[in-house]
Formats: sequence, structure tokens, C-alpha cells
Amino acid sequence: MNTATNNPKSVESFELYAPKLVSKEEFFVGGHRACQGCGESLAIRLMCKALGKDTVITNATGCMEVISSLYPTTAWRLPWIHVAFPNAAAVGSGVEAGLKALRRKGKIADRRVKSVAIGGDGGTMDIGFQALSGAMERCHDMLYVCFDNEAYMNTGIQRSSGTPFLASTTTAPAGKKIPGNQVWKKNLPEIMVAHNVAYVATATPSYPIDFMNKVKKARQVKGPSYIHCLVTCPTGWRTPSETCIKLGRLALETGIFPLYEVEDGKYRLTVEVPEKRRPVQDYLKGQGRFRHLTPDQIQVIQERVDIEWETLMIKVNCSKSKEELRAQRTR
Amino acid sequence: MGKRIGMEIALAAAEAAALCRPDVIAAYPITPNTHIPEHLSDIVAEGRLDAEFICVESEHSAISACCGASGTGARTFTATSSQGLLYMQEVLPIVSAMRLPVIMAIGNRAISGPINIWNDHSDIMYQRDTGWVSLFAANGQETVDMVIQVFKIGEHRDVMLPVNINLDGFQLTHVVEPIIMPDQEEVDRFLPAYVPYAALHPDNIVSMGTLGMPEIYAEAQKSKNVALVNSKKVILEVWKEWEKQFGRKYEPIQSYRTEDADIALVTMGSMGETAEIAVDELRKQGVKAGLLKIKLWRPFPFDDLKKAVKGIRVLAVTDRAVSFGGPGGPVFSEIRSALYDVPKRPKIVNFIIGLGGRDIQVENFMDMVRRATKGKLSEPYEFYGVRG
Ligand SMILES: Cc1ncc(C[n+]2csc(CCOP(=O)(O)OP(=O)(O)O)c2C)c(N)n1
Ligand code: SF4
Ligand SMILES: [Mg+2]
Repeated sequence: MNTATNNPKSVESFELYAPKLVSKEEFFVGGHRACQGCGESLAIRLMCKALGKDTVITNATGCMEVISSLYPTTAWRLPWIHVAFPNAAAVGSGVEAGLKALRRKGKIADRRVKSVAIGGDGGTMDIGFQALSGAMERCHDMLYVCFDNEAYMNTGIQRSSGTPFLASTTTAPAGKKIPGNQVWKKNLPEIMVAHNVAYVATATPSYPIDFMNKVKKARQVKGPSYIHCLVTCPTGWRTPSETCIKLGRLALETGIFPLYEVEDGKYRLTVEVPEKRRPVQDYLKGQGRFRHLTPDQIQVIQERVDIEWETLMIKVNCSKSKEELRAQRTR
Repeated sequence: MGKRIGMEIALAAAEAAALCRPDVIAAYPITPNTHIPEHLSDIVAEGRLDAEFICVESEHSAISACCGASGTGARTFTATSSQGLLYMQEVLPIVSAMRLPVIMAIGNRAISGPINIWNDHSDIMYQRDTGWVSLFAANGQETVDMVIQVFKIGEHRDVMLPVNINLDGFQLTHVVEPIIMPDQEEVDRFLPAYVPYAALHPDNIVSMGTLGMPEIYAEAQKSKNVALVNSKKVILEVWKEWEKQFGRKYEPIQSYRTEDADIALVTMGSMGETAEIAVDELRKQGVKAGLLKIKLWRPFPFDDLKKAVKGIRVLAVTDRAVSFGGPGGPVFSEIRSALYDVPKRPKIVNFIIGLGGRDIQVENFMDMVRRATKGKLSEPYEFYGVRG
């Protein structure tokens, strides 16, 4: 069982094999202005390593664009373009079309360069949702990665449709009458699956090899692919910066954010979740944004997470072949 | 050699765009520009043009996709109208700031409130200050010629700016006119391949669209303005080349019978042709009338205007858009401001005409001239022939 929070061994073994697996080359370099312990900038660094050189990045407006591109500096050693907040997917689709046409006409080198668009939860799930839906539906050879830190961090921690139920944000604050965000998080990976996207995955930088493998896989897809990456934001979550990685692991171990991939409609868990999932309380308790929660409210969250987990497991099991199911029963 | 053909102008605009061999076209349907992207998709589907046609889900994505494609060094084209153009607005100043020569044909149409699909110039006037080169065509031939010219203008190393060509919705887009359509060989000779200054490709890494702090933002704005102002030199050069190769002359402001004129009408777009007839009629009646047709809207041709109004006592400026609560129509306030320093400037009056497709006929232009000559309008500007 890969539970690093209570089993430091797996971290050790990670250090053992990681250098062999992970490129030393940096495409997203230091000196940028992200906060200490920013999960989003770490995830981008890992993503770039997995993508490699033949990539063009389109970045939606948001924390990552701001911290990485303060003129005349740039943290990007990949070709990179930022246009606006709602349109990373559309710009990325134009990049893809441009590269495709120019390559076909012999105007650029004859090799595959992948268009990769990235955005925060706001730039992806809210204001960029239409552009994303359009780009995915049009089947561009493009990977879209949503870095979901569960609020509009760049503008000061406002609620997005990725904000968890009851989390306190600056536009859905925990007040005496209304205890934070009143609705459940939008399930964007599921909506991407409904777009018939060939490869959809969830990820977090807390499982770096898993994340990078998914990026590599998504890169290979000749068509649209989508990765939903949960990233810690110490500033917005009101968490100590050193808990960045731990929180991603707790999100998995509680079943709040399972890591899975959907290939051609087939669901598969990529990192095992402990048989006995940790209570959601373990994930919620260290975070300032959930500080106001009562035990009853935590119970409501627990029940919802249980249901979502079971729903996912049904899909995972339905995706298994007869042989896999038989093997599972005899185990 | 080009051939004279009879063709709907929107289709001719699409044919002209295709002759320029764009690599990527992204557009979204909206009346009255729709026939342009439709016809381009036809041309691509028939295999007459090797391009990516992106059937986007909105105009915001159309211009965004063009921006991304242009960033890779692809030659890009789009077309829209009215609400579609407004929907693009967020991205328009970014395209010009990135110095990407995206070309757009605008089938001009009124802005909603109430919704109206007919022609006026409100849509482009909302975009006046987005930093694009902006031209107005008066007929089908000008539309076709300008579509080809602007690729050369926008892509020129001394310009590197997006360009829009305005053609009046319906009055131009849906009208069949005799047009001399250049052939592929002629266009290839006129228009060199696009060589981008920088392009998104791993062989030559760039960051485009970075964050500008107060120390640099103002310089970025100034440099865009300098580029736009300086583009006029290239526009004039390209028009010279065009005249040499195709024999058709283009000027920022085209004067019609103004040599000895006392009074001149000012128009932009297709109404210039109606106004010409009005001038001829007035001349027959002994009125010394003339006409100025503005073809270059941005960068605004200040010197040409000053030259063109020499000797003219009264200018009757027509506008096809409203600046609500402002000094008059946008063309009017531009011209008044441009002539403020001229010691012997004409008296300038403003008629706001043809809003949302309201018909303006020869007799109306004649009436405007007569009234402007008398010199008295009840207001500095007048909604011509409008009730209430
Ligand atoms: C059209 C538009 N609306 C609003 C904004 C302001 N804005 C910029 S970034 C941002 C939030 C970004 O949130 P998210 O996409 O989640 O990225 P994060 O900063 O959290 O990484 C907002 C609201 C904008 N730039 N453009
Ligand atoms: S506010 Fe959050 S997402 Fe933004 S840079 Fe800081 S830690 Fe990263
Ligand atoms: Mg966010």
C-alpha cells in the first residue's frame, strides 16, 4: 500500500527510482514568483519534464501566468503563449491547427510538436468552460491540463465551481448564517469523459510519477486528452506550506480525490486507495478554509465522499474484463 | 490574368482570402458575414485551398484560435459582424499588442438593443481603439482588392499588426457586383510568403503575452501606437504596388469633384456610391458640391484630410454610429479634432444616418447638402430623418 503519510518507506523508494525515471532537464525554471509550497507551480514543473521539448504551452490567465512571466523575465523554456483568462483551450486549438498546417505545407520541421493548454480551475471549469468544451469536441490533437486549486487564487481566493462544499472563500465566506460554499464541486473529469475524450485522468503532484506517466500517456494520444490535477495552494487553503505534498496524499487516502484514468471510456484506478479509507476529517482538519466546520457538517461531507467513491468504483469495476474481476474475487 | 465576374461580394471576399493561401481560418456564423466563412469552408472542403478550417464554438474562440495560430507563424483569417465582433473584443487589443497580423473581414451590422441584423458601423466603432489597422471598402472590387492588400500590409516587418476590412452588411456582403478577380499567379506575385518575426516552436523558444508591470505597460501601449501610426507609410507603399500591378488606385481619402467645391459630404463605406450620384445631381443644379470618401480609418489620415478640405467651406460629415452622450458621431468628432488647428477650416456639421439599415437615398444626401449649406442645424449633430 502506497500510503506515504504514514509510511515514509515509499518516499525513500521514490528517491531511489525517481532519478532514473525523471528527466533532469528543466523546462519550467526557478526564479518565478510562486508562493512557498505552491502545488501548482510544482505540478507544472513536473508536467513540463514529462512533456519534453517538442511542446507549445498555452497558459490561461491566473496565478501561474502571473508568477512565471513578469516581463522581461520568463520561467518558460518551452514555447509559451498567454492571451487571456477564458480562452486557453481556444488559443491552444489554434496553436495545434497552425502547427499542423505549417508542417503539412513544409513550412516548419516535419515532426510532431504537441499543443498543451493549461489553466486554473477558474480558467477551465468556469469562464473557460465553453472554449474547453469546444476544443475537446473538435478533436484537436491537444492536451488540456486543469490545475485545480479550488478557487480563483490569483485574484484573492474567490469561489469557483471547483471549490469544495463548505470551504470558506472570499466570495463564499464562512459566516454566522452561511457556512461557506453552498454547493458541491463540479465534476469536470466526468464532463470530459462525456465529451468522448480519448484519455481523461486525475492527478496530483503528490504522486509525481503517476502524474508524469499520465502526462506522457496523454501526450501520446493523437487527439484530445484531459488531465485534472489537484494542486495545493497554501495561501488560499490557509495551510502551512510544508503540507503541500501531504495534503494531496490525504486527498487520495480519504477518497476525496481518487487518482484514476479513463481510456476510451474505461475507468482504472492508478494509485490504490487504502481498503479502509481514512476519514475525511484527516484531510479537512489542517486546513484554514475548513476550520469552521462542525462535526455534523463533516459527517455530511463524509457521506457524500462515500457515495462518490462507490459511484466511481462501480465504473471501475464495470470497466474490468471478466478475468480481472475473477482475479479480484479470488485475491 | 484576372477575370471580370459577377459574384456576391461575400463570396468574392472569401475567394480573395483563399487566393492569399491562409494556413488557418477560424470563424463563427453571424449575419451578414456568414457567407464568407461558409464559402471558405467550401473552398477548403473542395480541396482548392490547403488550410485548417476551425469550426469554433464562438467568436471569442474564433479570434483566440486565430491568435494562437498566428503565434505559430501561420497566416490566419477570420470574419464576423456585430455581436460577434463585440464578443471578440476582449482579445482584439491583445492580438495587436502581440503584433500578430490576423486578418478579419467585418460585414458591418448594427449592435443589439434592439437586435437588428442590418447595416451600420456601430460594431467597428466599438473596436476603434483596439490597435488594428482598419479599412473601409465602398464596393465589391474594393473589398476583393483590400482583402489581398491587407495581408501584405499587416505582415510587413514595419507593421506587424492585425487588420480589419469593413464591408457594409447586406449593402455589400449580399450584393452581386461585377468584380475583376485576380488570378492565383497574380496574387502570388503580389503577396510574398509570410515570414513571422517570432513563432511558437521548440526550435526557437519564445514567451508571448507576458505580464507587463507599470514600468513597462505604458511603453507597450506607446509602441503599439507608434507601429500603427507608422503603418501608414507601408499602406501607401502597398497601394502604390497594387496600382502598378493591377491598375486600380487606392488613397486614404478619395475625393470626388472637390477641386472647386464649396461643400463636401464625408462618407465611409458603401454609401459613398449613393453620395456620388447626389453630388452629380447637385452639380447639375449649380451647387458646387463634392464628396470625401474615407477608406483608411486607422491609422487616421490626418494630413490627407487637411489637404482634401482645402478651399471647402462646409463639410457635412455622415456617421453610421452614435457616441451616446458624446460630441456627435465618431467620424465627426475625429474630423473636427483633426481640423481644429487648421486656420481656415471649414464649418463642420454632422448627420447620423442609416442606423440599423435605415435607407438613405440620393435625395437624402442632396437634402443634407442643402441644409448644411444654409448652415443651421438645431444641434451640432442630427439624427437625420429620425422621429422623436
Ligand atoms: C475576463 C476576465 N475576468 C476576470 C479576470 C480576473 N481574473 C484573472 S485570474 C482570475 C482567477 C484565476 O483563477 P484560476 O483560473 O482558478 O487560477 P489560479 O489563479 O487559482 O491558479 C480572475 C478572476 C480576467 N483576467 N479576465
Ligand atoms: S496563491 Fe496559491 S496558486 Fe497562487 S502562487 Fe501562491 S500558492 Fe501558488
Ligand atoms: Mg484556481
